[in-house]
Amino acid sequence: MVDLLSVEWLSETIGGGISAGSEWLVNLILDHGQPVLGAISGAVDGLGGALDGMLLGVPPWVLALVLGATAWWRVGWRFALFTLLAVGAIFVMGLWEPTVSTLGLVLASTVLSLAAGIPLGILMARSRIADGVGKTLLDLMQTMPAFVYLIPAVLFFGLGRVPGIIATVVFAMPPAVRLTALGIRQVPAELVEAGRAFGCRDHQLLLKVQLPNALPSIMAGVNQTMMMALSMIVVASMIGAGGLGNVVLQGIQRLDIGLGVQSGLSVVLLAVVLDRITQSFGRTARSRSPASPRRRLLPWGR
Amino acid sequence: MILPTPTGSSSVTTGEVRLTVRNLRKVFADDPKPALAMLRQGATKAEVLQRLNVNVGVAEASFDIRAGEIFVIMGLSGSGKSTVIRMLNRLVEPSEGEIRLDGRDLTRLSRSDLVSVLRRDMSMVFQSFALLPNRTALENAAFGLEVAGMPRAQRRTAALAALDRVGLSAYADRYPGELSGGMQQRVGLARALAKNPTIMLMDEAFSALDPLIRADMQGELLRLQREDARTIVFISHDADEAMRLADRIAVMEEGRIAQIGTPAEILRSPADDYVRAFFRGVDASRLLRARDLAQPPGSAAGEGFGEHGEPRFRYRTDGAGLFRGVVATGRAGDGATALFGLEPADADAPLQSLLGRVAAAPCPLPVVEADGRFVGVISRAALLAALDRGASAEVRHG
Repeated sequence: MVDLLSVEWLSETIGGGISAGSEWLVNLILDHGQPVLGAISGAVDGLGGALDGMLLGVPPWVLALVLGATAWWRVGWRFALFTLLAVGAIFVMGLWEPTVSTLGLVLASTVLSLAAGIPLGILMARSRIADGVGKTLLDLMQTMPAFVYLIPAVLFFGLGRVPGIIATVVFAMPPAVRLTALGIRQVPAELVEAGRAFGCRDHQLLLKVQLPNALPSIMAGVNQTMMMALSMIVVASMIGAGGLGNVVLQGIQRLDIGLGVQSGLSVVLLAVVLDRITQSFGRTARSRSPASPRRRLLPWGR
Repeated sequence: MILPTPTGSSSVTTGEVRLTVRNLRKVFADDPKPALAMLRQGATKAEVLQRLNVNVGVAEASFDIRAGEIFVIMGLSGSGKSTVIRMLNRLVEPSEGEIRLDGRDLTRLSRSDLVSVLRRDMSMVFQSFALLPNRTALENAAFGLEVAGMPRAQRRTAALAALDRVGLSAYADRYPGELSGGMQQRVGLARALAKNPTIMLMDEAFSALDPLIRADMQGELLRLQREDARTIVFISHDADEAMRLADRIAVMEEGRIAQIGTPAEILRSPADDYVRAFFRGVDASRLLRARDLAQPPGSAAGEGFGEHGEPRFRYRTDGAGLFRGVVATGRAGDGATALFGLEPADADAPLQSLLGRVAAAPCPLPVVEADGRFVGVISRAALLAALDRGASAEVRHG
């Protein structure tokens, strides 16, 4: 028989221990990590601010044309038309500014996720220890509810864009890491053998053989990371990241169905445009056989 | 059927030893010591697997490869031939043993010294071609040079020249996915040739190609080899291919080398049933030459001897060893002699062309070199034994 008292004691001790431990850790970082936190905050804010300023600085029609041209180049004229219509619809709904702000947030988070995630993925593909540690970390990042790491994000970085971007990076980075590692591991063994047999050093093997052949998988990771960053915007706006997420929150608070649908639609339109464009990069990397060179003119890819 | 070529069964290989392999072993275990100890005592692959649950790649391999020869390593899958060739450039790290290239032990080289040996001296051609799909034929052919740091313009010229040698210069800008299997392997060959290596490792290089293309590529390799005389280690499981290409063959069985010899030696006197079985399907009459079967007249078994074992024919040569004619010694005691005007066979003639003449000749057929020097004779018994590739073939000569 298990003594109920001792179970209670145990749960109190362990539960209390975890609480006390995490508080201690947060305090430790707050007390002694200020220079580091400041530097991170400055860098993230700089990147986010620069992207935001750039996107909001140009007239809407210029941005629309750039998006449309990219859509035409990467996917096809029908999709370019769709992109222009989507941008027009967002503009007409009066949600241009929050949409561009969200775009800036998503781009900043994606850039940071990739900057950290791709090297981490490479490391995991090359070292069994890194792979073990990395996998545990990624599992933690992917299963921990996003609201939980909003707390330390706010404690460390205050309210605003910076904790929003950082929470989004934590949420969106895992696919970039996993798909990079997977892509490198799936490069056919004989290609790696050929690289070695012809005298590649480690970095040459990586740059000339492994990364080019892992590119389709890595691009799929980029696409997934961007989509996950988009899906995080409402949560990020709860700590003041702004953008479309904020509009969605307003819709909820006011029970304003119109506002909710409009902002939701803007998110979806933005997502479709970003998704097709990033997917197209993965496709060209995959299909080196120009047996079907006109496939990119199909409007919806595949 | 593949026809023999001059290099095919020439038993003469000049050139000094370039690669010396001694007691090379590979076991796949975290601690290789107990398995290696067993192998050193002569244990088989199966015994090591049963006793220690350790997989043996190569139980023991020792051989010398001479400059300019095509050395074919053959065996069934699992016999360790691919592991052996991968240890030569250390794609697979040997567990034990020596690999000396021009006297230098490759197994002891640091990574960086090994890399410079690989860049300068060795190329490899793969069964699956292993071309980089994101690069054109030209960029693939230039790969080894690019890795070694050759400037772009220079390596482009060298790669184009290599593509030209394999007849693919018109396809330089195509991607591997746009080329047929045979063309892809030509690119693989061009990539190997571009850096002008002295040693080429070819791992079942033509096995993935269909028979016609394969024969074509074998001819291509022999042509290139006549021009450059590189040292080539060629892995194959195809007896016909081995016979056609090899200067010498090593037959591997269960991680050990069962026999090493010229194609003719192996055909004439296989070391064991495994080797014999391997070459059973090979048409010896096309591969063997008169030279390969010729023996000194006295040793010819069966015919050519009288009732009391005394020779019935004498083969006359002059002081310089040139063939003069055949003398029949007649019945015992009567001393009568007769001279035939018998036309001797050319030493390089394929056996196939001699069948009728050996059958028709009253005595074992004399064989001479092109310059007229007497080599030996071919008896009917020796000919039939050489042609019989069945399990029952008794090797009564050699």
